[in-house]
Formats: sequence, structure tokens, C-alpha cells
Amino acid sequence: MFSNLDLQKLVFGRLTLEAIPYHEPIVLITFLGVAAGGLAVLGAVTYFRLWGYLWREWLTSVDHKKIGIMYVILALVMLLRGFADALMMRAQQAMAFGANEGFLPPHHYDQIFTAHGVIMIFFVAMPLVTGLMNFVVPLQIGARDVAFPFLNNFSFWMTVSGALTVMVSLFVGEFARTGWLAYPPLSGPAGSPGVGVDYYIWALQIAGIGTLLSGINLIATIVKMRAPGMSMMKMPVFTWTALCTNILIVAAFPILTAVLALLSLDRYVGTHFFSNDLGGNPMMYVNLIWIWGHPEVYILILPAFGVFSEIVSTFSSKRLFGYASMVYATVVITILSYLVWLHHFFTMGSGASVNSFFGITTMIISIPTGAKIFNWLFTMYKGRIRFEVPMLWTLGFMVTFTVGGMTGVLLAVPPADFVLHNSLFLIAHFHNVIIGGVLFGMLAGITYWFPKAFGYKLDPFWGKTSFWFWLTGFWFAFMPLYVLGLMGVTRRLNHFDDPSLQIWFVIAAFGAVLVLLGILSFIMTLVVSFVKREELRDVTGDPWGGRTLEWSTSSPPPDYNFAFTPMVHDGDAWWDMKRRGYSRPLHGFKPIHMPRNTGTGVILGMISIVFAFAMIWYIWWLAAATFVAMLAVTIVHTFNYNRDFYIPVDAVMGAENKRTKMLAGHV
Amino acid sequence: MSAATDSNQGAHDHHDHGDGAAHGSMKGYVTGFVLAAILTAIPFWLVMTDALGNKQTTGLVIMALAVVQIIVHMVYFLHMNTKSEGGWNFLALIFTLTLVVITLTGSIWVMYHLNTNMMPMSPMDMKHQMP
Repeated sequence: MFSNLDLQKLVFGRLTLEAIPYHEPIVLITFLGVAAGGLAVLGAVTYFRLWGYLWREWLTSVDHKKIGIMYVILALVMLLRGFADALMMRAQQAMAFGANEGFLPPHHYDQIFTAHGVIMIFFVAMPLVTGLMNFVVPLQIGARDVAFPFLNNFSFWMTVSGALTVMVSLFVGEFARTGWLAYPPLSGPAGSPGVGVDYYIWALQIAGIGTLLSGINLIATIVKMRAPGMSMMKMPVFTWTALCTNILIVAAFPILTAVLALLSLDRYVGTHFFSNDLGGNPMMYVNLIWIWGHPEVYILILPAFGVFSEIVSTFSSKRLFGYASMVYATVVITILSYLVWLHHFFTMGSGASVNSFFGITTMIISIPTGAKIFNWLFTMYKGRIRFEVPMLWTLGFMVTFTVGGMTGVLLAVPPADFVLHNSLFLIAHFHNVIIGGVLFGMLAGITYWFPKAFGYKLDPFWGKTSFWFWLTGFWFAFMPLYVLGLMGVTRRLNHFDDPSLQIWFVIAAFGAVLVLLGILSFIMTLVVSFVKREELRDVTGDPWGGRTLEWSTSSPPPDYNFAFTPMVHDGDAWWDMKRRGYSRPLHGFKPIHMPRNTGTGVILGMISIVFAFAMIWYIWWLAAATFVAMLAVTIVHTFNYNRDFYIPVDAVMGAENKRTKMLAGHV
Repeated sequence: MSAATDSNQGAHDHHDHGDGAAHGSMKGYVTGFVLAAILTAIPFWLVMTDALGNKQTTGLVIMALAVVQIIVHMVYFLHMNTKSEGGWNFLALIFTLTLVVITLTGSIWVMYHLNTNMMPMSPMDMKHQMP
């Protein structure tokens, strides 16, 4: 009997049949839904014989454009998951008053708010930002790919592995019940003995590798691969913000990795870095994770600022007002973002001098941000503004984000923070800046660059519908939380006693439904635009009257982006070329040297999921085996010398002639 | 368009290090080695003979020597200078140092104040703190 038990432990670690939550109807129904949907997709792919196509053209692709698109697809899928969590929380809080316990027991509710935060930040916002940078940056600087194309593919698959690890936790075991930053001692071995926090740690560690590597990749790309003539102060603003964001990633993510590694040591081998006794200090975890966490929010928002800068100048048909001040503001934000982390824990008790220092630095950071808002306003001033969908998102952002920024400055005042800390006011504030800033920015960017990626514009009717539902939905969902926060309601509660609060939660739930309609309209946009793609076709490659180099290519751009590397003479390079009557070169093409696809990234990503699973469930033999396998695959890959090829002149000529015909047919 | 453009693009087998990256000379390596050896010997000597007679001073001196040691390694072995890669390497170093200093001093500052304010006191201490 006992020898049996030991054998089971040896083979399965702490994984037992109990781990599968078949006794929880919500999870079970979700599982059945996901399984049915997944099988349908797999079946369709098999039926239409798309496996080969997917493997050759997408999964193994090292083309920065395809990787960028895959990042965005990952983010949109994860958005559905994260938003389902949000809807459940809103529904629970709208009904759980007095005798009504709602439909989510505390242990389930706690997992949901943790998963919501982790997914939305790491697997929605981050992939959106990385995906957009991946797609746009090489095109904007006139390059044919990123600096390290294989690394790019590998980074993407590590991000996917992290996301899948979180998804596995839904159906095998549980997710963390600690909140999205997993503070110890709650996340320590005594506070969370289950597998939830281990899922959290390994998902973030794996995805973190991908994020860090793609940061290095994009920095190298921007620093080394700009077209001749494009000096730093002639770079498009989006590229500037991408550069600063990636510097922040490279500087900040190692801190997250280190602090999670220390937490893993506490959990796996019994060290006491973050325990309350034996010399440990849980506050050190809070301190360290926010040294990563604060730059992280700027990692998300800076590219959004870049998107808005491009859109405002394009749709106002004007050069961006105050380019240099925009660049300096971005750089100042990059540095200052490292000097404010303590404002996340004013109430920890560091005293007046420390709190006032960090309070003041936090207020200072609103100055460069404010300068940006004014630059956008002045760009629009006396411009010929076209109110197309990307511009609507930008205007919605400017109003919404400014309110979020002001509540942020309010929270930066330490005495005010002592009242509002951990309240719903804080929740309203950061959703205000993350939805109103990052999400609006990314949706604006997707709408703006969609024709470049797929060759047809998005349908404006459904785009506008989506925008208005998102905007009104946001305001309905989060203004009540400001009110509740001022009344002292704290976050992460799954039941309330005071019935007078209920009306606010009902309004917030109504807002969440509006956001749901916004998301559905966005999906509708994609579907309708695909159906009407011939009508919406962009033959010129420059559907909006763009100003930067990506609009000089065809839509979608050829694999090699630019047959000849463009020469840059002006900040708005393409605008300048159009003004000077640029004509496309039609002769003299040369074979183009390109990187070859490889499956190593996918394989490593999939093995790393199994490795994470084994570590989470203490299946040591499997962990060792997969770790060795990862090393082996990596070493074998270094012997792969078949990693580049030349696109022959005929193929280049064919692609370019097709574009010439398309342009001629249009005119 | 061809060669210059090509070396900018895509995956390459070339092993050129771009321009400006300094390569070590025999003299540089020997200087570095001698400096590193001296900087290692002094702390050993300080600890073994207790020449300063004070543990805290000894510790601080050793840490200062360690910083010098790091700089010696970077200059003579990693060929750090202000010109390689058009100054980008140096800029990256300055940025890294700034962030490391912010992180370390900031954390120590924050945690020290926290400790002073929040650690439990004995009743005697409390009486002492009363205005």
C-alpha cells in the first residue's frame, strides 16, 4: 500500500485526480466550452489541411510582421479570458449583498481577481505592446527584419507558453489566490501551500524570458538598423517610445525574475527571504517587485503615447507639434519611472521623509506627461482633422487619460493615499489609465496599422460602434468605483453588508456589459471587414496619407519590406519623399538576403510548458528530463547552419511588378 | 546599396564586431592582471593582519577596493571605453550604473526607515520615544 503511494508520488508528484475541479460547475462548463471550441478549431484546421501552411508560414516564421500579428492574436484571445473574469467579478459584486452570497465562493473569487490582473497585464497588454512594436518598428526605420529574427520567434513562443501555463491552471489544480503581485507572506509556503502560486511563478518566469529577449532584440534593431540618414532625432516618435520601452524592459524585468526566483526558493527549498522570521522580511518583496512594477506601467503606456503621436499628426495632416519636446519627455519619463516605486506602498511605514520624496517624484512625472498632452492638442490646432476611427480612439484617450492622470496625482499625495490605499478609488485610477491609455492606444494602433498588415482597412461603422461602447462602458464601469473608493470601500471583496452600496456596483456591472458590447463590436469589425475586404482594399499602401516609412511599402509589405533601403532626409521621411515627388525604383533589383524559418522556437516553447508543469506539481523526473531536453534542443540549434537564404531577383521583380500594376490600376 | 545595406539586414554568419570596439593588447592585459592581483592582495592583507584595527573600517575599505576592482576588470578585460559602438556601450553602462545605484540605495534607504519606524520596541524604548 505505502510502496504504491510512494510510486505514485514518484511518478506524478503531488498531482492527483482531486486536482481536476470537476466538482465546480462553473469551471466544468468553462472547460467543456473551451474543449469544444478547441476541438472545433483543431478539427477545422485538419479538415482544411492547414497544418502544413500554419507550420511553414506562421508558427516557424521569423518574419517580424507575422510574429507581430501573432502577438496581437494571442493578446486578443487572452483579452477574452481576462474579460470573462472581469464580468464574473462585476456580476458577483453587483449581487452579493446581505443574505445573498453571490455565485462565487471566496476561494474561487480570489483566483479570479488574481488571474484577471495577471492575464490583463502580462498576456494582454504586454503582447499587444510587443506585437505592435514588432510589426511597426522595422518598417518605420526602413529595415528588413529585426536584429535577431530567430530570437524574436523564440521570445514569442515563450510568451505563448507562459499564457498557456496560466490557462492550464484553470483546469488542473488552481491559480494563485494572492492578488496579481503575490505578496508574501500570503504567497509563501505557509500562506499558500497549494499549486496556485507556483503556476503564477512559472508562468511569469517563462513569459519573462520572452519579454526580456524581445526587449534586447528591439533595442539592437533600433540602434543598429536604421535606414541611412535617420539620425536619432529623425526617428519617428513611435520608434522613440519603443526604444525607451525596451530599455525599461531590459532594465526592469531582471528584477522581477530575481524577486520571483527568491520567492521560489522560499517555496521550494525553505529559505527565508520573505518570511516573517529567521531574518526574512516580506516588505523587501514588496519593495523589489515595485522597482520592477512601476517601470512596467511605463513600459505599457509609452508605446501607446507613440501610437497617439503618429495618429494625431497623420489625421491632422500636420507635422507633430514639438517633436523634440516629445522625445525629451519620453526620455525623462523613462528615467523618472525608476524613482517613484514607493508610492505603491506609502502606508508600509517608511515615515515622512521617504514618503515625501516619492510623493514629489511622482507628481513631477506628470509634468512630461502633461507636456505630451499639450503637444497633441497643439498638433490638432488648425489642423485638418479627419475623424476616422483611430483618431476617435485618440480623442477618447485624451479625455479619459487626463482624468486618470489627475486621480493619479491625487493618490501621489501621501496623506491622501493613506485614506485611499487599497480602496476601489485606486482600482478606478489604474483602470482609468490602463484602459483609457494603453488599451485605447493599442486598439487605435491596431485600427491604424491593420491595412498595412492585411491589405484592407477595418470597417469604420463597426469600428465606431466598438469605440463608443468601450468609451461609455469604461465611464459607467469605473466612475462608480471612484465614488465607492472615496466612501472607503476596499478592493478584492466578494461580499458586502451595506445595501446602500449596491446601486453603485449595479451601475459598474452595467458598464461592464457595455464594454462587452464594445469587445463584440470589435470582433464584428474583424469579421465584417474580412467579408467586405475587396471593397475596403488598400492598393496604394498609404491609405491614411501617412508620414512615416511604413506607408511607403505595399499593403501588406513584401517579405523583405524594402527592395532598396530608403534614404532618409527628414523626420517625417515618407511625407518628405512624397513632397519631393519620389518615384519608386523599378529596375536594378538584387537578390535579398533573408533569415530562414525554424521550428526551434515552437519546440522550446512547448517543452518549457511541460517543464513548468512538472516543477509546479513536483514531478521531478519530468522536470529534469524536460530541462535536459531544452538544453539539447538549444545546443542542436546552434549547429543549424542552414539559417539564411537569398530571395532571387525574379521573385523580387515579380513582387515589385505586381505592386506597380496595382498602383497603376488604382490611378 | 548592396554590401553596406546587406550587412545591416537579417541573420548573418559574419564575425565582424562592427567598428570601434577596442581589442586588448598584451600590455593592457598585463596591466589589468597586475592591478587586479594587487587589488586582491590588499584586502587579504587587511583581513589577515587586521592592520586597520577596526572591523567596520576594514569592511568599508574592502568594498571600496571591490568597486575599483570592477572598474579595472571592465576597462582592461571587457575593453570598456567611451568610443566603442559609437558611444552606445558607454551610455548603456552609465544607464545600468544609475539604475543599480537607484535600486540599491533606494532599497536600503526605504528598508532602513521602515525598520526604524515599524520594528517592535521594548516598553523602555517607548517611554524613551514619548515627547
